[in-house]
Amino acid sequence: MLGRTLQEVSAALKQGQITPVELCQRCLSLIKKTKFLNAYITISEEVALKQAEESEKRYKKGHSLGALDGIPVAVKDNFSTSGIETTCASNMLKGYVPPYNATVVQRLLDQGAVLMGKTNLDEFAMGSGSTDGVFGPVKNPWSYSKQYREKRKQKPHGENEDSNWLITGGSSGGSAAAVSAFTCFAALGSDTGGSTRNPAAHCGIVGFKPSYGLVSRHGLIPLVNSMDVPGILTRCVDDAATVLGVLAGHDPKDSTTIQDPGKPFMLSSLTDVSKLCIGIPKEYLVPELSSEVRSFWSKAANLFESEGAKVIEVSLPHTSYSIVCYHVLCTSEVASNMARFDGLEYGHRCDIDVSTEAMYAATRREGFNDVVRGRILAGNFFLLKENYANYFIKAQKVRRLIANDFVNVFNSGVDVLLTPTTLSEAVPYLEFIKEDNRTRSAQDDIFTQAVNMAGLPAVSVPVALSNQGLPVGLQFIGRAFCDQQLLTVAKWFEKQVQFPVIQLQELMDDCSSVFEIEKLASVSLKQ
Amino acid sequence: MAAPVLRGCCLGRCWALACIDSGSRHGRGAATGFTSSGKRGQSFVAQQPLLTAQKSRKGEHKWAAVVGLEIHAQIVSNSKLFSGSQVHFAAPPNSLVSFFDASLPGTLPVLNRRCVEAAVMTGLALNCHINKKSLFDRKHYFYADLPAGYQITQQRLPIAVNGSLAYSVCVGKKWRQVITKTVRIKQIQLEQDSGKSLHDELRSQTLIDLNRAGVGLLEVVLEPDMSCGEEAATAVRELQLILQALGTSQANMAEGQLRVDANISVHHPGEPLGVRTEVKNLNSARFLARAIDYEIQRQINELENGCEILNETRSFDYRLGCTVPMRDKEGKQDYRFMPEPNLPPLLLYDTASLPAGADPQQVINIDRIREQLPELPSETREKLIQQYGILPEHSFALLNEVGLLEFFQNVIKETRAEPKKVTSWVLNIFLGFLKQRNLAVNESPVTPSVLAELLNLLDRKVISSAAAKQVFEELWRSKGKTPSQIVSERKLELMQDEEALERVCHAVMEGHPQVVMDMKRGNPRAINKLIGLVRKVTHNRADPMVIKEILEKQLLS
Repeated sequence: MLGRTLQEVSAALKQGQITPVELCQRCLSLIKKTKFLNAYITISEEVALKQAEESEKRYKKGHSLGALDGIPVAVKDNFSTSGIETTCASNMLKGYVPPYNATVVQRLLDQGAVLMGKTNLDEFAMGSGSTDGVFGPVKNPWSYSKQYREKRKQKPHGENEDSNWLITGGSSGGSAAAVSAFTCFAALGSDTGGSTRNPAAHCGIVGFKPSYGLVSRHGLIPLVNSMDVPGILTRCVDDAATVLGVLAGHDPKDSTTIQDPGKPFMLSSLTDVSKLCIGIPKEYLVPELSSEVRSFWSKAANLFESEGAKVIEVSLPHTSYSIVCYHVLCTSEVASNMARFDGLEYGHRCDIDVSTEAMYAATRREGFNDVVRGRILAGNFFLLKENYANYFIKAQKVRRLIANDFVNVFNSGVDVLLTPTTLSEAVPYLEFIKEDNRTRSAQDDIFTQAVNMAGLPAVSVPVALSNQGLPVGLQFIGRAFCDQQLLTVAKWFEKQVQFPVIQLQELMDDCSSVFEIEKLASVSLKQ
Repeated sequence: MAAPVLRGCCLGRCWALACIDSGSRHGRGAATGFTSSGKRGQSFVAQQPLLTAQKSRKGEHKWAAVVGLEIHAQIVSNSKLFSGSQVHFAAPPNSLVSFFDASLPGTLPVLNRRCVEAAVMTGLALNCHINKKSLFDRKHYFYADLPAGYQITQQRLPIAVNGSLAYSVCVGKKWRQVITKTVRIKQIQLEQDSGKSLHDELRSQTLIDLNRAGVGLLEVVLEPDMSCGEEAATAVRELQLILQALGTSQANMAEGQLRVDANISVHHPGEPLGVRTEVKNLNSARFLARAIDYEIQRQINELENGCEILNETRSFDYRLGCTVPMRDKEGKQDYRFMPEPNLPPLLLYDTASLPAGADPQQVINIDRIREQLPELPSETREKLIQQYGILPEHSFALLNEVGLLEFFQNVIKETRAEPKKVTSWVLNIFLGFLKQRNLAVNESPVTPSVLAELLNLLDRKVISSAAAKQVFEELWRSKGKTPSQIVSERKLELMQDEEALERVCHAVMEGHPQVVMDMKRGNPRAINKLIGLVRKVTHNRADPMVIKEILEKQLLS
């Protein structure tokens, strides 16, 4: 049952094959068994069971709220959840319990979703590995998959298997791992430069970043307000569309959401791609791109072409300036957004009380890690009066150029862009931490970040396993607010590639029985 | 920028029209004051012309002062600028604080439509150009009562620019010459108020009250077109009246709804402007004028002693009557301005540019607001002058006291007495009584209709003017009595029986042959003595003019 997609399990709930409480308990038990993944910071067991009971009552009365009723979901720990600790994986917010729900969380709950817990991340979502939070790194479930283990056995590494686990990517690594390891059916991430798509690619799931302004940011603890978007992580494209249908739409509490009333996102099954024009941005063919990912990318292009789509090379000439431009804009907004963490109203406060200034300084030194402090420092530098025009204004201009690149390409008739999501498959943790956070973020966001500058929708879809047995994802980028079209194309592609299901049975001995049952159940459902 | 030469401006006396020349000087009645309801009785004492330095023996070295103002006016609105919290003065601490006001992470600003309308209305009333697109910015600084670590303001592109404010000062020996001056308005911007810090020195604690945090402010920036405290104070007073007429701010300085920072410098005319200082947080008009004048004089003294003026922020110590450098603002702040990313550009429309089918709830039409502009104080004064033929300075006086104009108009409605008579009674006698007792107009025991009745009695010659004053005094003591009742109880009616009055006159003349002789010899004062005697016998109930007529007739007969 846990291995199913959201849509499948929703159907099973309706048919009474399983009750919401049973489903919730199974997920909770799996969360506990996979605790070593460190996907969750907080497991909201009591709340979840209560919500599941409520849902069960509704199902019994035949008044279920819709596709999400009774569905276990997880939420990245940078979304405010009323009554549930929200830490951003930072000492600064340890113990902080928000008095309100983020709009996206509220919308999930209003649809009867069951909140399993809050997922791990890089501190304040600053990172691309989910390795830099105070609760420790998230481990990629694929590290323990049959597929990966078998490939590794063939190579005489001789290293300690246990220390060789892989990162999830980030910063929404906890959410990606939670969905990937079957502990929930959908999870919320956030996406500022690729933080949803990157871990989705590394964990073999769908990671969707909606158009900026389509989904409310109210309650999302911001990284970069002008680029942040709540992201959706699911096991298939249809599920992402289902969740988007619940989340999308104007929120009076977020003035940057569009006014149009939200419509449900029902994806039609595309049968003919001959009218589609797929753009392949040539600037995305960078030397750092692994040959394997590159080959999957070109295979995907060929697939579209062979099915009758028009596939053309396009140019996004300002792509190479994206990283440095992002660095200036991101750190500047970070410096500003982090100013509120001063130990007065909430969060960590140091013991020093010599003066208000000394209290601020010590609180912020103790509360933030080096990555956060480094970005605050850089951002404040860029915002200084003497630097503002040279850095911030210039970066804004470059941002406009980058956004215009996309506009030009889409105006030339391209429907969707096809790019890699990441340079390579997930790397082992020990490998990953050889570089510092800043270098890593700059490298890993290379394909994803320009999209945030332009506010476009983008989705990472798992394509295939690499030689190492690890998932590789490709990214589709759509026109602003053409999220439905984008997902429709992604769904078609997903159907063609038939990405394999992660096989965790051997590793999680205790769960093996669960998984065996799952297999049977899902087979019977598919008849 | 033509900065008026100080000497020229304050020629003789530079009185604000706030101080009317009432002609008759009853008690403190003349100084009607630059008051807001909280600080009544603080009459606006004219400054001693402070330009002692200009008289320096150095001859050519005249000084000109340049004064600019930044005025923060709290917007009258049910809720705050970016949150739904209510706005109330003196509510229990931290009782009006939303999650946004406390800067809880993840909260976002949502612009209050009412505040935008208030800003547009104020901009229009101050002849500003309204920017159809304006932007919000973050201004960063760490302070305990600024929970987000930044204030949302409009630094780059404010909602209104390039306006003007006309105000009038009276000059000349009799202060009868009204001069209208204009100060340019650089801009009006919407911004958030901060919370309040209460420093408990004893326990070395700071207590924070966030009730005020996020309340909408209009920051009105006046160009340095003023040259003394009096001018600045008068300009602020005019702005206060305009805001109150518009209903966009209560503009009560005592309650902090209007706060003024002044930028001050001095220089020699024809030379570049001097280094300026900023005097912060002036919370009464009187202190504003005093602080500016003190600061001008201080700068002149410093410069004449060969010292330099530091570009610094100072505060006014009202007890010592001087400005002092502010300790906590040491070191230059870099506010690290940045666009507020959570608020899209604020777009306004006029009837021509209004998009078809736009939801009226989602758009603001400048033309509609222009149509709704109420009568402004300058128009009201002009009307008063036209309609009632009163003096310009009286029109100022009527507007300067809260509720006085309404009182005056209500009296006019119910009396047949001449408007000039009513003006004189309202401005001199009525206001004088209020001042003596430190009362506001709405606290007066004498209602407009009671005063109207009294003036009617006077007009119909039922009572004398002296008796009327007596009745008026009695009205303050015995609430609930009508003027007619008092007149009859005290037998204050003028004697209508001419024969009886003739008999009294005759008797008085009989009784004072010496005075009659004087009169006959042509002593002009003698008749006054007789009139006085007759009035005394009649207990002030006889009309002196009638007495005089009778006496003269009897003398001739």
